[in-house]
Amino acid sequence: MSDILNLSRRGFLKGVVTTGALVLSVRVLPSGLLAEEVAYAGTHAEHAPLHPGVYVGIDTDGTVYIVAHRSEMGTGIRTSLPLVLADELDADWKRVKIEQAIGDARYGSQETDGSQSIREFFDAMREAGATARLMLTRAAAQQWNVPESQCRADLHTIVHASSGRKLGYGELTTAAGRLPVPDKKELQFKPPSAWRYVGKGMVSYDLSHLVTGKAVYGMDARMDNMVYASIEHPPVLGGKIKSYDDKAPLQVPGVRQTIPIDTFKPPHEYQALGGIAVIADNTWAAFQGRKKLNVAWENGAHAAFSSDEFKKEMQATARKPGKAVRNEGDVDAGFAKGGKVLEADYYVPLLAHASMEPPVAVADFRDGKLTAWAPTQDPQATQDAVSKALGIAKENVICHVTLLGGAFGRKSMPDYIVEASLLSKKVGRPVKVVWTREDDVKFDYYHAVAAMYMKAAVDDKGMPTAWLQRSVFTPIPSTFDASATYGGDDEMGMGFTDIPFDIPNLRVENGPAVAHVRIGWLRSVANVYHAFAVQSFLDELAHNAGRDPLEYLLALLGRPRVLDLKATKYPNYNADYQKFPIDTARLRKVVEVVAEKSGWGKRKLEKGRALGIAVHRSFVTYVASVVEVEVTPQGEVRVPRVDTALDAGLVVNPEITRAQFEGANVFGASLALMGEITAKNGAIEQSNFNDYPVARITEAPRENNIYIVESTAPPAGVGEPGVPPFAPALCNAIFAATGKRIRELPISKTNLKA
Amino acid sequence: MERRSRSAAGVCIGQVRRACLTLRDYSKVFVRRNRAARGTIGMVSLIEDNMIRLKVNGVERSFNGDSQMPLLWYLRDVLGLTGTKYGCGIALCGACTVHRDGKAIRSCVTRMGALAGSSITTIEHLSAAGLHAVQKAWMEHNVPQCGYCQSGQIMQAVALLNSTPRPTDQQIEEAMAGNICRCGTYNRIREAIKAAAGERA
Ligand code: FES
Ligand code: FES
Repeated sequence: MSDILNLSRRGFLKGVVTTGALVLSVRVLPSGLLAEEVAYAGTHAEHAPLHPGVYVGIDTDGTVYIVAHRSEMGTGIRTSLPLVLADELDADWKRVKIEQAIGDARYGSQETDGSQSIREFFDAMREAGATARLMLTRAAAQQWNVPESQCRADLHTIVHASSGRKLGYGELTTAAGRLPVPDKKELQFKPPSAWRYVGKGMVSYDLSHLVTGKAVYGMDARMDNMVYASIEHPPVLGGKIKSYDDKAPLQVPGVRQTIPIDTFKPPHEYQALGGIAVIADNTWAAFQGRKKLNVAWENGAHAAFSSDEFKKEMQATARKPGKAVRNEGDVDAGFAKGGKVLEADYYVPLLAHASMEPPVAVADFRDGKLTAWAPTQDPQATQDAVSKALGIAKENVICHVTLLGGAFGRKSMPDYIVEASLLSKKVGRPVKVVWTREDDVKFDYYHAVAAMYMKAAVDDKGMPTAWLQRSVFTPIPSTFDASATYGGDDEMGMGFTDIPFDIPNLRVENGPAVAHVRIGWLRSVANVYHAFAVQSFLDELAHNAGRDPLEYLLALLGRPRVLDLKATKYPNYNADYQKFPIDTARLRKVVEVVAEKSGWGKRKLEKGRALGIAVHRSFVTYVASVVEVEVTPQGEVRVPRVDTALDAGLVVNPEITRAQFEGANVFGASLALMGEITAKNGAIEQSNFNDYPVARITEAPRENNIYIVESTAPPAGVGEPGVPPFAPALCNAIFAATGKRIRELPISKTNLKA
Repeated sequence: MERRSRSAAGVCIGQVRRACLTLRDYSKVFVRRNRAARGTIGMVSLIEDNMIRLKVNGVERSFNGDSQMPLLWYLRDVLGLTGTKYGCGIALCGACTVHRDGKAIRSCVTRMGALAGSSITTIEHLSAAGLHAVQKAWMEHNVPQCGYCQSGQIMQAVALLNSTPRPTDQQIEEAMAGNICRCGTYNRIREAIKAAAGERA
């Protein structure tokens, strides 16, 4: 490290470090420091004397800087991954400072979705921690002139056991930093029995800032000289401006100008939607000005899209043969044999993410470079999208990641950052684009609308001998290829091609659907509708057979075995199937645990109440839920209790994991009870929480019990897998309570009045 | 509460308050200006003065911008108090909850014009020294996930406990039903409120 860098670095540190632990950078604080004074100079970690890799650095005062390269949207990942590193380093958590990475390929993937951060980076964090520990140990051994094997790490110090000598990490870091970085093969990992933090967990690193209003979200980012923008988007996807009149907006005090934004050229990907931006001195003025815009739109082909007709089309498609994606035995022969046949259609509407913080971004274009501060799940995708939009190199896009006020998949799509970038270039100063809640609800990358058809032939015990299931949904690939109508292998692999039942003749099919709105990932993605169809249908079969749903479910799971899916294209959430197979023993286990904990078949329930069960593996985690429902004579549905058992392999942070599953049950309640987005003439009909309601404290499960099944399997996902079982378990409970079968979500569409 | 602040009645109350306060301010400012100007000229100019004076977190502030501007944007964009959040803009989510004279209000629908003479408290100033009992309970119960809704949740919970120190479950639900948490932290919110109530009792 050169002296010059050192000096400028020190200047930088002065401004940043002293203000406290969470600080993302001075520039997002309302402290008025000029952008030029704090141009991004890399992480503290990389400027520390000991810096064996991109994730960690140790300063002479003993501060351990750990880089969080994944985005924090409430899952605790900004805490849990650094915790793994800190444990392996044997660092004192109190002396750890976490810094948020900008988008940079050197960190590996930063795409914070798919519930994969721990799964994909557990080993990398351990290696980084073990590497730094070994270098510190080596430095101490050299200093004491003793064999390395006689020295060991003990909470931020290296000790020489026999002599009792000790040196702190800060004292060793300079010497350690001069040593060559050891080879992976030399590393020794702690045995699980020595883990300080892993498996025990730690509260969010940001906790105190989250309860005091100090936490900095995208909504809170500001830059000097910044102006605010609110954008009137074309009401129909792909629509263009015919003409517009901005006289009235320009009269609004605080409004500076209006700027048209070109409509994207298909496929839309992460491009700006287009429309007219109103630029103003504050958010309110921008909103007000925008209300006064007068725009005539040219709507285009998607204006023919209306949800009612579209639903009929999809359901018709689901009744026609589709593309087979998994085949076992001979389904047609199975059905030809005769016997009782059951069939059912299920439907799940479009859904919006509605994270509490709507899309928002600050961007500053100057000297051919774009600096963004934004709540994004994927800063590298942001670099790509912005570089394309502005025609600058990816390296010239510096994307800082703020805290995310919820995301649920929405903020994997950085279109709103592209908007801010385009506008900053045009305005010549930093621009903050703020989406209203109405924008968020009307212009989302929606969760697909889906129609499923299920058909089974059953034997005299009611067990299926042939099983056909077909799924039709507006596919996510349509976001990247305008002509795509079939689902990707990953979407089909989310609870459909991977159904784990022991059925001799089975076929899984996918039918086409044209997307007329932007489609994207939403918490647990295709698992939402697939689990709803499969787990509801299973309950139908159980009742048909006159058998207890729990007993039937276990019978259908069959003998404990690892599913052989070699003949099927099954991405397994991009995880190695050897390491993360579908193991029906683990499915059985979570079912058994949740049955016992919920008092299935044993607990006395109040009148009007009943239990329903569902089990589902997603993001390589096994989850079973039992929902207790209360249906009032007026047909109101309440959820007094939910019990959820999960096997996510090794759980790094149990407390935060429990919170994720509690939240997933609430998220499940929202989509099951009340979530629905519809379109008429191509435009979305809902606008805010009045017509797109989400669960409030009064509607969320009253008791929310989470059980973590001890497991030695490698760590799996925890952010999403809690969601899929909730809706079917609730609907199965409603059937048990009322005899009414819900085949369409949300439940509010069905009249449950006695 | 949210309904009141949206209704005409809410505006009326504000205007009445403002009128009262204008009188009080008037006398104060009058004295000050009078020292310089002497006589009635100062008085005339004062009557036309549409400065809105209020207290925010204990600090006297005056505002002469658009009186229709909601308090939320004044706090966030003008004062830089970004702890108070935008979530819906129409009193449906509670993310923007602050206290006016100790009571919870939705700052997204409370116009600056209705606030003359009010004392506003935001999350940043909830407790001058250290953490408020509710914030402590929030930490002990690990309530926040993304945290975005939590300023509003906490301000709402504090207002509840100020008026109802030992709330029943039903009272908790009624008071908190206007505050959405999309991350789904409701069970912990309920427990934390109960713990804070116990602490204060
Ligand atoms: S932002 Fe004020 S209630 Fe939602
Ligand atoms: S903690 Fe995320 S919205 Fe409440």
